[in-house]
Order: sequence, then structure tokens, then C-alpha cells
Amino acid sequence: MKAENRIGYQTVEYKNKPLIAAYACAVGPREGQGPLGDQFDLVAQSPEFGQESYEKAEAALLREACHICLSKAGKGEKSIQAMLGGDLLNQIMASSLAARELKIPFLGLYGACSTMAESLLVGGMLCDGGYASPLLCTAGSHYATAERQYRYPLEYACQRTPAAQWTVTGAGAVMLSLDENSEKKPRVRLVRGCMGRVVDMGIADANNMGAAMAPAAAATLCAYFDDTKDDPRSFDRIITGDLGMVGSELLLEWSEKLGHPLPEEKMMDCGLTIFHPSQDSHAGGSGCGCAASVLCAHILPKIERGEWKKVLFMATGALLSPTTSQQGETIPGIAHAVVIEGVQE
Amino acid sequence: MQKSPSKQQFIQQYKRMVSAVTPKSKAAQGCLRAFWVGGVICVLGQVLIDVSMYFWQFSYTQGACFASISLVFLTALLTGIGIFDVIGKYAGAGTVVPITGFANAMVSPAMEFRPEGWVLGTGARLFTIAGPVLVYGIAASVLVGVIYYFLVL
Repeated sequence: MKAENRIGYQTVEYKNKPLIAAYACAVGPREGQGPLGDQFDLVAQSPEFGQESYEKAEAALLREACHICLSKAGKGEKSIQAMLGGDLLNQIMASSLAARELKIPFLGLYGACSTMAESLLVGGMLCDGGYASPLLCTAGSHYATAERQYRYPLEYACQRTPAAQWTVTGAGAVMLSLDENSEKKPRVRLVRGCMGRVVDMGIADANNMGAAMAPAAAATLCAYFDDTKDDPRSFDRIITGDLGMVGSELLLEWSEKLGHPLPEEKMMDCGLTIFHPSQDSHAGGSGCGCAASVLCAHILPKIERGEWKKVLFMATGALLSPTTSQQGETIPGIAHAVVIEGVQE
Repeated sequence: MQKSPSKQQFIQQYKRMVSAVTPKSKAAQGCLRAFWVGGVICVLGQVLIDVSMYFWQFSYTQGACFASISLVFLTALLTGIGIFDVIGKYAGAGTVVPITGFANAMVSPAMEFRPEGWVLGTGARLFTIAGPVLVYGIAASVLVGVIYYFLVL
């Protein structure tokens, strides 16, 4: 039997176009001081967020984002049929801790910084196929836990390279639903998704993740445009998760080389949006929470208000582990994309 | 139709693109900052030695010991209150090379892994950064000692 919702090689079509019923995000204080400061639903007073450890703080931020999302939709935890999510910790622990308290059926995902797009992609399929509705798609990250996971102790006095990126402390939750008759009229829906392939162009420098991820981003975009024959110019924005300064430039150059030039004026990168250049984040923000919080604070509201009609949201991930990096292994990159549309009234 | 380049050439092409786009660290600026901050730390050490010798009649060895202990204490304190990493970010090797770098490399993991407990957290991870320095530092000193022994013999 043929997979009837498949277009071409990597793209899927959501026949029922799941609605984005509600969305919310919670971020840390540094993000709160950034350009999107007043658009977040919750800005924590401190990176500890009232918890004993940063890991618990990360879980609490994710849980709060889910709670706010649920209350915006006016739904209880019991009515949510699935929760998908992941983070950057070993054993995706922050998501598991958050799911432990929410008691919603939980599917853990890991796609490094691409997790928000991955959860929307998979969540969209669950919803579209009639397996779960409403459901929550989530992702989160925390600067302090990611530093510990991948780099040095926080107080260790070292210099970051100019290409290094700053992990965003933040979490986002998006509720997908098939229900058209809910009281609050949702105006945004998911129409297509594109599953990324793992691409590795031999970059081994863990301080230059933009360079490691850009070829994967280019590959996913090329696959999407090949599969659907869509015109890149038909999108109001083509949004990348956390390519940062270096990766964004490489994406433009490399896509052109692969025969799919992208409209530069329509490109946007969440990692370059979340911090002011004066906030010393070097090449920009990164982490699952970067794409997740910018999506919920900035992108979805713009689509809901009708400022943007059609957006391609693609989060990129550097699938590295400190162990294999030390063994000299290069960094595999991945990028997943979803197409989000404003609902025509 | 043009023949597509081999995978290896393709990767090399990308790597060239990456090195063209990636911003480089400012080496001259870094050296200058490291030089003056590292220099100031060393002057501070010398002042501590001289002061202890002048006021408390310490021998030079005692004074040097006093200076090391003071600098280690000062670094540990500044690390603890979250100032030292800011200095290190500015000065780079200027704070790493003197004894201050070693103190910071011990105190920062001690703080970082405190939530995992005194034994498996702080205790086990205390030497995560300083460990390799100790291992190879001691190994090198043994080697030099053996060579010295035979040369003098």
C-alpha cells in the first residue's frame, strides 16, 4: 500500500490540516532582556527559577509553558491525548520530569536543537492521522544545563570563540487539534512537513555548530522544494532555528550551490532574533528552546494576526555528543521543517 | 551535462566556504590583554612576596609560598562570587597561565557539581579540568628529575 500522504521523497502532507489551538513559552531572564522580551508569556526572574538545580529549573520552565498553553486553550491536562517533546539533556531528562507531573501520555524525542520542528512534524502526523487530538508539541533547553552537558563549568574562566553560540534558556509548547468548533477560534494550521536526513560535511568543531548544521538545512529545503515544486518566494518567511550568523550565511551560499537559491530578504533565523547583538551571544542563540520560544512568542502571533500568511519553519540540530566529539568524530547535522499557514476566514 | 564532483571534493569545497565565513579570534588583541592582565597578576605575586619579606621577615621561600596561597585564595573567592570568569573572558591565557588558572579550574567544577552531592558530585568531579594538568605535570616533572639525576651524576 502506498503512503498516500507522502509527497515525493521526504515531504508529508497533512490532509486534515491540524489547527494550532494554543501556544505558550517560558524563558529565562537573559532572553527576557532581548528584543522579544515583552512577547514571552513568562520570563523567569532568575536562571534557577526557584528550583534546587538547573536541570529542575529547565523541567519547570517546560512544565510552565505547557500549563500556560493549556490554560490559553481552556483545557485540562486530562483532555490532552499526547505530549511530544525533548531537550538537550542526557536521557532527555527535563522533558521526562515535566511529563511526570503533567501525566499526559508522553513520547520523548531527541533531535538536538531541531526538536521543536521534530515534535511539530511528528505531532502533526499523529493529529492528522486521528491518533491524538488535542496534543502538545514541546521542546526546551537551559543555558546552564547545556553548558554542563557539552562544555565547561559555568564559573570556569575560558573564552568563547567568535563562532560559538549561546544556548537559550526557554521552552515552548504548541497545542495541535483537529477540533474546529473550539470556543477560541484558532487561526493557524499545519499544512506540510519535511523530514530531514542526517547530513555530515566533515565539520568537527563543536564551537561552530552553525557550519555543521547549514548543509542539513540546505538539504531539507532542497528536498522540500523538489518534492512540492513550491516556489521559495511564495513563503512570507523561511525561518531557521539556530543557524546563527555563520550558519545563516552558509545556508544561503550552499543552497545556491545546490541549485536552490533562497530569497535572502525572506530568511529569518531564531538564533539571530532572540538576543540583541550587545548581549554578547557571539554568533547568536541556539538550543531547542531557541526555536521553540521564538516560534511561540514571535512567529505564531504574527501568522495569527495575518501579518504573515505562509511560513516555513525549520529547526536545525547538531547531533553531537561530547564522547564521540572527543573521539574525533565529525558532527552530523539534521533539519526538520513544517509549513504553517494562516487560516483564511 | 556537467559531471558532479566527487564526494570528497564536495566536502572540501564546503570546508573552504566555512573557513571563509567563520569569524576568526582576534589574536593580537587577545595576546595584548593576556599580557597585561597576566603581568598584573605576576606583579601582585611579587608584591606579596616582598611585603611578607619586609614586614614579617619571611624567607624568600616562605614569601613565595605566601604569595601562592594568597593568589589561590583570591581566585577561589572571586570564582565563588562569580567575578573570575568575567576576568578570564577578557584576559584569556592571562588568567589561565598563572596559578590563578589552576585555582579556578578546581573551584569551578567543585561548585558546578555540588547539586550531585559532596562525594559523587564535588568529590568525583573536582579534577575534571585540572586532572590532566596534574597527571602530565607530575609525569613531566618525574621525567625531568630522572634526566637531571643522570646529567648531574
